[in-house]
Amino acid sequence: MLAALGIQTVLAFIFLGFVFNLAALHAWIERKQSALMQDRIGANRAWITLPWKWALPINWILMPFNKLGLFHPIADAIKMFTKEDYIPPSGNKFLHTLAPCLSLFFALVGFAAIPFGNTIEIGGRVISLQVANINVALLYIFAMASMGVYGVVLAGFSSNNNYAVLGGLRASSQMLSYEIAIGLTVMGVVMIYGSLNLQELVRAQGNYLLGWLPLWGVVVQPVGFLLFLAAGIAETKRIPYDAPEGESEIIGYFVEYSGMKFGMFFFTDYLETIMIASLATTLFFGGWQVPYLMDAGFHFPWGQAISLSPLLVSLLQILSFVLKVLFFCWLFMTIRWTLPRFRYDQLLKLGWHYMFPIALANVFVTAIILLVIEGM
Amino acid sequence: MIKTKIVHRPKLNFWQKLYFPEVFRGVLLTSRHFFKNLILHFFHSFGLFRRIAAAVTIQYPEEFWKLPSRLRTRHRLTKREDGSPRCVACMMCETVCPARCIYIVAEEHPDPNIEKRPKSFDIDLGKCVYCGFCVEACPEDAIRMDTKILDIAAYSRQGMMLDMNELLNPTTFIPRREASRKS
Ligand code: SF4
Ligand code: SF4
Repeated sequence: MLAALGIQTVLAFIFLGFVFNLAALHAWIERKQSALMQDRIGANRAWITLPWKWALPINWILMPFNKLGLFHPIADAIKMFTKEDYIPPSGNKFLHTLAPCLSLFFALVGFAAIPFGNTIEIGGRVISLQVANINVALLYIFAMASMGVYGVVLAGFSSNNNYAVLGGLRASSQMLSYEIAIGLTVMGVVMIYGSLNLQELVRAQGNYLLGWLPLWGVVVQPVGFLLFLAAGIAETKRIPYDAPEGESEIIGYFVEYSGMKFGMFFFTDYLETIMIASLATTLFFGGWQVPYLMDAGFHFPWGQAISLSPLLVSLLQILSFVLKVLFFCWLFMTIRWTLPRFRYDQLLKLGWHYMFPIALANVFVTAIILLVIEGM
Repeated sequence: MIKTKIVHRPKLNFWQKLYFPEVFRGVLLTSRHFFKNLILHFFHSFGLFRRIAAAVTIQYPEEFWKLPSRLRTRHRLTKREDGSPRCVACMMCETVCPARCIYIVAEEHPDPNIEKRPKSFDIDLGKCVYCGFCVEACPEDAIRMDTKILDIAAYSRQGMMLDMNELLNPTTFIPRREASRKS
């Protein structure tokens, strides 16, 4: 019992470390990727160099990091921690402080249900590489994601600022509209693989269609995948769905936030991006599955086989998960720096008039096809 | 008669209305830039293909834009062969200056062939509008605006005042290095 708890804690820390570092790195990815996309260079002035003579080799090691601007997130953190933390005197002090904590908390707890690898065997003990093996993991994740809007609404409400309230209202209506679309798109996947448990879902994606095509979610649910991407970006409240925080018009629910509390909202955005990226990976891109990698090694459809040790297989699977998540993070960042913002009415119209009916139709078509296949 | 031109909104065709193909096209365009620049930056860090630029950025304090030769930059006073200012304190520039930012105090020149010389010659750059009229007005070619100094900043209004010494030897502000990059 205690050992299991310890293992789970270690897993939680490993995954949390991955998520946290990736989120912090997102600040850097955002700057550098947008710079590259726009033919710029990007922030590269936060250098760490040691002034002493003996530190020359250390400086030499630090140099590439300096040149890539990798220390800018640290500079950001220092700035945010040392800035004045202002609470509007007419606002609600308690709720104002609580809001960013709620946002961050609900963005983080969802990660517990994401499987980042198959089982790994250490010392005769089989460990499932997942922080919490929840039977209804999918429901749990969406529940947590929608709880996250409380933080946003509270932030708008407690600031006693009309723009902040507007931002909070927009965020809640946007969440409401897209949560439904996202839930429906996911239904298709759940119907096909027949489980709400994410680990089971990923295992089911290890089968092959016609013997060579991996039976990933994106293969059997292409429409669902596109809808999930579109609605998922809406969940993260980033461009093109950034009406709640439209910097150029209402600034958004965090108008009255400064210092690290603002930083927490910012961090939440990045965490939600990673969350949607890992969900897209798990549901539609086979999670930790590597094509043609079985428990004993590679089995290619043309008959060739390479046997690998179980540990190596596990590591490859974890690597595959990480790479897929990184790919989706890259994709979301690209979309964020490509598209302009939707107007608020366009946004709701897109959600209710297009995404919701298409998602519904997708569920129906999937159900009919499944029935037909079962009947055969 | 007023001619009005009615601009019709372009009608979107089916593919554009679907939105996804257009998003895909946009993403394709931006990611093409992304990968091209990424690969170029990678090669640049090994010193390869330096001639193909990966970014239009000019890293300012280290690199400079090549300035056009006729650009009006900070003033300077030209000197005679013996190092004294060419200015004869005729007050032409002070008179013509639309911003009234030149302050000259004249005194007698020891050389009887030259009537006057400036005792003090101050320009308030905080007021100057860089019109170049002072250069045009000067009969002695004594004032010029070709130092190529652009980074002028001070913590106080007083700091924007240039005295005669500064104008004759424009060095207190960091002088522009040779343009290290072709425009
Ligand atoms: S450039 Fe124009 S404003 Fe400036 S000192 Fe000369 S005449 Fe005056
Ligand atoms: S116009 Fe020329 S010579 Fe006359 S005072 Fe000005 S700088 Fe001196």
